[in-house]
Amino acid sequence: MALDPATIRRIARLARIRVGDAEVARLQAELNGIMGWIEQLNEVDVSGVAPLTGAAQMALKMREDVVTEGGDPAPILANAPARSGDYFTVPKVVE
Amino acid sequence: MSLLDLTIAGAAAGLRARDFTAAALTQAHLDAIETLNPKLNAFVTVTPDLARTQAAAADAALARGEAGPLAGIPLAIKDLFCTEGVRTTAGSRILGNFVPPYESTITAQLRRDGAVFLGKANMDEFAMGSSNMTSAWGAVENPWRRRQDRDAALVPGGSSGGSASAVAARMALGATGTDTGGSIRQPASFCGIAGMKPTYGRCSRWGVVAFASSLDQAGPFARSVEDCAILLRSMAGHDPKDSTSADRPVPDFAAACARGVRSLRIGVPREYRVDGMAGEIDALWAQGVAWLRDAGAEIVEVSLPHTKYALATYYIVAPAEASSNLARYDGVRFGLRADGADLTELYERTRAEGFGDEVKRRVLIGTYVLSAGYYDAYYLRAQKIRALILRDFTDAFSKCDALLTPATPTAAFAQGDRMDDPVTMYLNDVFTVPANMAGIPGMSVPAGLDAQGLPLGLQVLGRPFDEEGVFAVAAAIERAAGFSERPALLAGADA
Amino acid sequence: MSYSVAGESGAWEVVIGLEVHAQIISAAKLFSGAATGFGAAPNSQVSFVDAGFPGMLPVINRECVAQAVRTGLGLAARINLVSRFDRKNYFYADLPAGYQISQYEQPIVGAGAVSIELADGTTKDIGVTRLHIEQDAGKSLHDQDPILSLIDLNRSGVALMEIVSEPDLRSPEEAGAYLRKLRSILRYLGTCDGNMEEGSLRADVNVSVRRPGETFRTRCEVKNVNSIRFVMQAIEAEARRQVTVWEEGNTVEQETRLYDPGRGATRSMRSKEDAHDYRYFPDPDLLPLVLDADWVEDLRAGLPELPDAKRARLMREHGLPAYDAGVLVAEQAIADFFETVARGRDAKLAANWMIGDFFAALNRTGTTIETSPVSADRLGALLDLIADGTINGRIAKEVLEAMVETGEAPAAIIEQRGLRQVTDTGAIDAAVASVLAANADKLAEYRSGKEKLFGFFVGQVMKAMAGKGNPALVNEALRRGLGAPGA
Ligand SMILES: [Mg+2]
Ligand SMILES: [Zn+2]
Repeated sequence: MALDPATIRRIARLARIRVGDAEVARLQAELNGIMGWIEQLNEVDVSGVAPLTGAAQMALKMREDVVTEGGDPAPILANAPARSGDYFTVPKVVE
Repeated sequence: MSLLDLTIAGAAAGLRARDFTAAALTQAHLDAIETLNPKLNAFVTVTPDLARTQAAAADAALARGEAGPLAGIPLAIKDLFCTEGVRTTAGSRILGNFVPPYESTITAQLRRDGAVFLGKANMDEFAMGSSNMTSAWGAVENPWRRRQDRDAALVPGGSSGGSASAVAARMALGATGTDTGGSIRQPASFCGIAGMKPTYGRCSRWGVVAFASSLDQAGPFARSVEDCAILLRSMAGHDPKDSTSADRPVPDFAAACARGVRSLRIGVPREYRVDGMAGEIDALWAQGVAWLRDAGAEIVEVSLPHTKYALATYYIVAPAEASSNLARYDGVRFGLRADGADLTELYERTRAEGFGDEVKRRVLIGTYVLSAGYYDAYYLRAQKIRALILRDFTDAFSKCDALLTPATPTAAFAQGDRMDDPVTMYLNDVFTVPANMAGIPGMSVPAGLDAQGLPLGLQVLGRPFDEEGVFAVAAAIERAAGFSERPALLAGADA
Repeated sequence: MSYSVAGESGAWEVVIGLEVHAQIISAAKLFSGAATGFGAAPNSQVSFVDAGFPGMLPVINRECVAQAVRTGLGLAARINLVSRFDRKNYFYADLPAGYQISQYEQPIVGAGAVSIELADGTTKDIGVTRLHIEQDAGKSLHDQDPILSLIDLNRSGVALMEIVSEPDLRSPEEAGAYLRKLRSILRYLGTCDGNMEEGSLRADVNVSVRRPGETFRTRCEVKNVNSIRFVMQAIEAEARRQVTVWEEGNTVEQETRLYDPGRGATRSMRSKEDAHDYRYFPDPDLLPLVLDADWVEDLRAGLPELPDAKRARLMREHGLPAYDAGVLVAEQAIADFFETVARGRDAKLAANWMIGDFFAALNRTGTTIETSPVSADRLGALLDLIADGTINGRIAKEVLEAMVETGEAPAAIIEQRGLRQVTDTGAIDAAVASVLAANADKLAEYRSGKEKLFGFFVGQVMKAMAGKGNPALVNEALRRGLGAPGA
């Protein structure tokens, strides 16, 4: 299944990465090259194989319900490219 | 012998014997960086003040007899590790001005044990690359040169290229790296040093900028196997802040280096003999097998049938996880922000300007393979093949204690080579990726030079959490190989 | 009986399913150690995990898991001993990591049910499809600045339970009853405070309409409705809208909408316009959540008595009518108050006094069961004074009034105001004699057969005795004084 320009634009929008027309053409060639190479995986017989999600083979540890963090907005906002008081800011969103 | 040529073990002994001070050792390396880094670009941030302060503290601790195992040892820290108050960029423009208000668990443990941080090492952007050509801060040079063509700048490998180049060129005694598909073992091989990727879960991922969470694992670089073992002991350990961190005791890895391989069964996986592999690499591999046999190991041929699919599987799993892990770089709370009339435009411009081409490629591939209608065909299928790859290793380790393979299909290549087609670049990791898919430990150890005079490494793979076995085998190869060649560009070398 | 929307072309049935987001009661957040309190200063309850900083990792809070299990048990649902966390990927200003950690394929709780009472007194079981744990997002303030939205991440990472119902609801009333019942169960369990004003209980309402007998038509999701009243209004408005769309020959588009209480109508949600592709996949930072069966049993053993069980018990043990029992168990605090009053006393009398004069007093004084000026013990004491004949029922009402105003104990009020009932027959006979003397005409009518005047005489005697006469003795004395009617 080859990626057409519309698909490139759709996933670029999903990923929130702006792509120009020239870039779409280049990406289409590159991504189709990679996806074409990946198609080799269709040779593999995976019937009856349980998927492996992660490399860690253990049960999830849980932590106690204790407040150990927060309390100070300063370090949270220290790297903010834009802020208003102790809020982060973005262009007005219309819901 | 120059302070720059010491091993970590040797430096630790010298510091305790008062042969020299931590301050002197640190200054020697800061001078080396000053002369050589402008050429090699191995460090993106140098922290001389921090280094001198830490060195002074180490000297004081040594004087009090309370020195930690790494007291006064100058290290390079890959710029993927968050360091409190020190800019951390992950090699990306999008984090160009990011100063973490926190310290990664691993660097905190290295500080606890007395290490000195010289600065942050250059790397491929978000650890995506095998040549260090994708860094937003410029390429890193490999200190090695081809005999015939001494002017051509070679790549150090990637993504931990700055760490490997710095250690090889004697700008640091050791370094931290991360290995998601070979990013420690491949640059170690290209730069003629030792590099170890531990078992997934052995080292905490907390405070390490994520690329692919189910594959990322931090590890050490050094110029000897024992030095890697010494560094790993400080880096490893259970961390309650990382749900995937293994709750196991940390053994004395260095002690395992002297074990030898007598009566160990070493597996040689036939599928690693890929077509197009340089003959001298095949020869070096055979040499490695002979060395281990002579050292008393039993050699068994094993099969890892799904090896050939590991790389393509990796290029589904890693981009998928990355596409999600990198969504947080949106220009709202930290890092680069481009203006936009509305929120979507702000996101799209910020990420278009902030990410380089390779990162964009992988984020788009990851978004595609997870998107509606493709999940089962790509991501789910990849997870099943990943299970088969793990099963291959489990079967193999029922017949042997460790595996020996080449670390890379070629030696270091020239900057700019293999850039036209992403897939050719990806093929660098064909021997290293399977270990990440299975989560097992692996190490690259320098074993010889190719016809051009470039270093080649052999890879040792072990059972989950048997880093000791890996160190034992790697140390045996190191002893047999007696690798003592030095790169062309060398700090402190009068040339 | 059953609800329907009348269209030009006939009646339309309404099909409703609810997705309720209930904030879990816990001290710390689901995956971080930041606090969860409501109304804190902006970004003052945020960890680097909640703000999606580089290299930060989630570690799950045991209590949040326990609360979800308790809720599942309270909904008589299946508890899945193995569940999994997935990432729901989308970009939004108050979603710092660019994904929400949720449970998509393997939720912690499976199918259960909530039984609701309908207007006609019958009950109906509403299926619960599933309950899963997920993170809340931060808060975007759109009205603080002309050109900016402000982002506060205090809520980011707070634990939520998403409780999804089957499309079993058929009217706004059923939806309201379901929400009230669910909230009551959550409050009994102590797993969610149910406070819709503060957003700790929010509902997404899925509405579709169909001709009777048809299968489902396209549904629309009305998001984040924050009061039961609005949920009911939103359903009516959205159902009417869809009926109009269909009847005008158009088709209803599946979409996310918002309810505007001011206009009493729903509107399409701009920010959700571009269709989402959430790219769910297992969160590689977390491992499967495996519950110990014994731990689940311990949680089950620790569950409180829930509304349905309590209601059945009140009817069984005290013979209370279904309606009274229902009123008394609706809120845990009321049920507890009642059980204190009823302990060792006539439960029916206790129920009548609570539902009658006591609730009336609360309404009149604008107080609640929690802030009531009369404690359960004091109300009980009042009932005791009726039982032992110290006062009669009529006086008791007066005493309760005084208790509400003065906050004093009933016995004290009775003494101060001399309200003890009179049982001295001499005094009663004297009162009867004077009443008969003063009403010779009525006495004649009575004796000529107008029996119903008996009540008039009782009233007069009681009046003469300032209401304190013992009713039984007064009746007896009157009968003697009046003699047989028609004699
Ligand atoms: Mg919903
Ligand atoms: Zn939800």
